[in-house]
Amino acid sequence: MFFTAAVGIIATMTLALIRALEGPTTFDRILALNMVGTKTTLLITVLGFLTDRPDFLDIALIYALMNFIGAIAVLRYTQYGDFSSERNEGP
Amino acid sequence: MIATALDILSWLLILGGAAFSIVGAIGLLRFPDFYTRLHAAGITDTLGAWMILGGAILQVDSWLVAVKIAFIALFLFFTSPTATHALARAALASGLKPWSRTAEKREP
Repeated sequence: MFFTAAVGIIATMTLALIRALEGPTTFDRILALNMVGTKTTLLITVLGFLTDRPDFLDIALIYALMNFIGAIAVLRYTQYGDFSSERNEGP
Repeated sequence: MIATALDILSWLLILGGAAFSIVGAIGLLRFPDFYTRLHAAGITDTLGAWMILGGAILQVDSWLVAVKIAFIALFLFFTSPTATHALARAALASGLKPWSRTAEKREP
């Protein structure tokens, strides 16, 4: 059962990676990478069940948070050019 | 009896989740512009993820594992739409125009 889920998740990640390589704009690439990150979280969870080691769930939990922070950081970087900008122009 | 019912429900949820994920990824590949692709990615990030995690949560044997899976689902539930929203806003602010059929006809 979890093997099926893993195959589906890996297929999704492959398709999203093709979009990340192709993507005409930067935002397409960030979107695809964000999706790959979400799927990685799911894949770690499913692998935890496949190998009967529930401690994998902690890693998945951290990965879910890091993925969000990473996506926001890359967005900020593409918008302002640095990570610590205090400027109020733009959105 | 109950174990069999849980197994069947779990199978249904996981197959549904995998199907929604792949459909969303195909949409991500085939849709014409960034904003429509955001819409396709939304399916995999929320519904697909929730169905797979829901299928997993029916197979656990201890409360701790169930609570951890629930937390993963909760984080995904809050962070994916926030990231999608931030992406759409940043793209709009950077001057990316939404695709439309009429614009494509005018300048082929």
